[in-house]
Amino acid sequence: MFRFSMHVNMDDFIPATDEEKAYMVQMRPSSTFFKDGVKRLIKNKVALVSFIIICIVTLSSIFIPIFWPYSYDSMLGVQPGKAVDASYNNLKPFTYGKTELAKIEAGEKVFPHVFGTDSSGRDYFIRVVYGTRISLAVGFFASIIVLIIGLVVGSVAGYCGGKVDLFIMRIVDIIYSLPDMLMVILLSAVLNRTLETVISGTVFEKIGGNIISLFVVFALLYWVSMSRLIRGQILALKEQEYVLAAKSTSAKGSWIIKKHLLPNCISVIVISTALQIPSAIFTESYLSFLGLGVNAPMPSLGSLASDALNGINSYAYRLIIPAVVISLIVLSLNLFGDGLRDAFDPKLNG
Amino acid sequence: MNSKTLGYILKRVLLSILTVWVVITITFFVMHAVPGGPFLSEKAISEKAQAALEAKYGLDKPLHIQYFTYLKDIVTKFDFGPSLKQRGRNVIDIIKDGMRVSAKLGVIAAGIALAVGVVLGSVAALRRNRIIDKVIMVVTTAFVSMPSFIMGSFLLLLFAVKLRLLPANGATSGGLILPVITLSLSPMAYITRLTRSSMLDVLGQDYIRTAKAKGVPAGKIIFGHALKNSLIPVITYFGPMLAYIVTGSLVVEQIFAVPGIGRAFVNCITSRDYPLLMGTTIVLATLIVVMNLVSDILYKVVDPRINLE
Repeated sequence: MFRFSMHVNMDDFIPATDEEKAYMVQMRPSSTFFKDGVKRLIKNKVALVSFIIICIVTLSSIFIPIFWPYSYDSMLGVQPGKAVDASYNNLKPFTYGKTELAKIEAGEKVFPHVFGTDSSGRDYFIRVVYGTRISLAVGFFASIIVLIIGLVVGSVAGYCGGKVDLFIMRIVDIIYSLPDMLMVILLSAVLNRTLETVISGTVFEKIGGNIISLFVVFALLYWVSMSRLIRGQILALKEQEYVLAAKSTSAKGSWIIKKHLLPNCISVIVISTALQIPSAIFTESYLSFLGLGVNAPMPSLGSLASDALNGINSYAYRLIIPAVVISLIVLSLNLFGDGLRDAFDPKLNG
Repeated sequence: MNSKTLGYILKRVLLSILTVWVVITITFFVMHAVPGGPFLSEKAISEKAQAALEAKYGLDKPLHIQYFTYLKDIVTKFDFGPSLKQRGRNVIDIIKDGMRVSAKLGVIAAGIALAVGVVLGSVAALRRNRIIDKVIMVVTTAFVSMPSFIMGSFLLLLFAVKLRLLPANGATSGGLILPVITLSLSPMAYITRLTRSSMLDVLGQDYIRTAKAKGVPAGKIIFGHALKNSLIPVITYFGPMLAYIVTGSLVVEQIFAVPGIGRAFVNCITSRDYPLLMGTTIVLATLIVVMNLVSDILYKVVDPRINLE
């Protein structure tokens, strides 16, 4: 009834010549997951610019204090054995105190006060640099603490499952629903007084009880979302065949977690750690603004901004500078973290 | 509402009660771990006076008895004891006074954030990838990540110090304008982004296409069909928004000298008024926990499609 015919061009079925075969072979090195991610990250202009800004800010906060001639806590008007020279207090940017002016008259070179000085005659530029350094360091170390605790608890809960998981997750639920900021303020207000006596005379005294208590608070409260995340990842990953294979060769639980499970959720871990840093910096500057941050005379961006509120009528720039630096750091870290997530989390791209 | 929903609500309520209890317990024991106890003041007082004070406030009793008394007073009488520094006043009265101002501040800020955020978010979604959308997205990105104390300081500098348009003191008439703006900007930006993305999601749904095909006018599609559904994710933000406004009000009330509960809270940290610190922490924390609970439950009840795990 039906007739089916096909016109086939037999030329299409001639074996390929070597030349044609060579054309089809793609001569390019195989790409790894990491290389792919970096390539995607570089294409993302916003993330790249943010990364450059972070690098510049971090490097300058580390290296500028080395060659800057003023220190963050020396009051320039106060010389041993002499009356306090008030002409150094509240200098406008690029102006000089009395003795410095005399030096300039005599032909000596004096390093300029780029941002002027504060009400106690301390060079404001170096205080901002130190404040940035403190903020970045606090953000970084707090995130590391959060990472370690969250990693251990999350992977144990996820891998063990059952009652252990249930117990840990109930604790996580409760801590998660605690209003974090209020608890942070409460704990750092109280811990500071408790710690004062403990740390006096040790290295920690210089950092101040407030910062230590900030770390303690982070260690107590902020690990929960990290551990939730890692638990979720591990739960999904441990059903994979290669885990079963490892188990059948009688691998130990800690080995499986370390060798198989954690490396597979590394991108999630890195991304959420990167996004944790700005939130830690935010918390630190918030606490410093309330007067619960670093001990005076050590500056922090938050305490610089809050000090500047008193002289807001005549010295507005003293508020604007630290405020702009905090916003810049937090914004660029956030944007960079978002870029990292887009580049390294293939599941999200799906 | 089926039994599954009821079970979920019950679970969330129990968890919230547990959380409030944990807050009270932590607050109590942390406060009593302070070296010297709450009555260690700068001025040395005689031992007799110290003992009398301790007896008056019940501090001579064992710690666990003090704890249960404190817990019982809160639960049954809503009583947080007397303030240490403001003589003759109860903590709860100070909190009530502060709340009157702060509640006004917070509610107005939340209202503005919601109204403006939803409108801007819808506009951005409907004008997707046009200039107005891009401007809204850039501005909101900046606002979302700007800490409240910086926003407050900038607004104070600009409108009160430089332009002299608005009063800087929150206790005067019209003084709440700047604090309200400060508190509302960040939640507003967040709601804008939330509304935009969920509106875009909804506009791609089949029933919107059906409505368009039927010839329903654009305005009716947006307000009758799209907006209602795209507001559901915004409900989940109620809890975090309140938490933001509460913590934000701590610094904002400080910056603008608003006589609210936030300023009372910060002041009692420096003045070491421990009963007041405990009371405000517990009240504010309870408020946040309850608001989270309400927004979670509302979210599940409003949208039956949402999966209850």
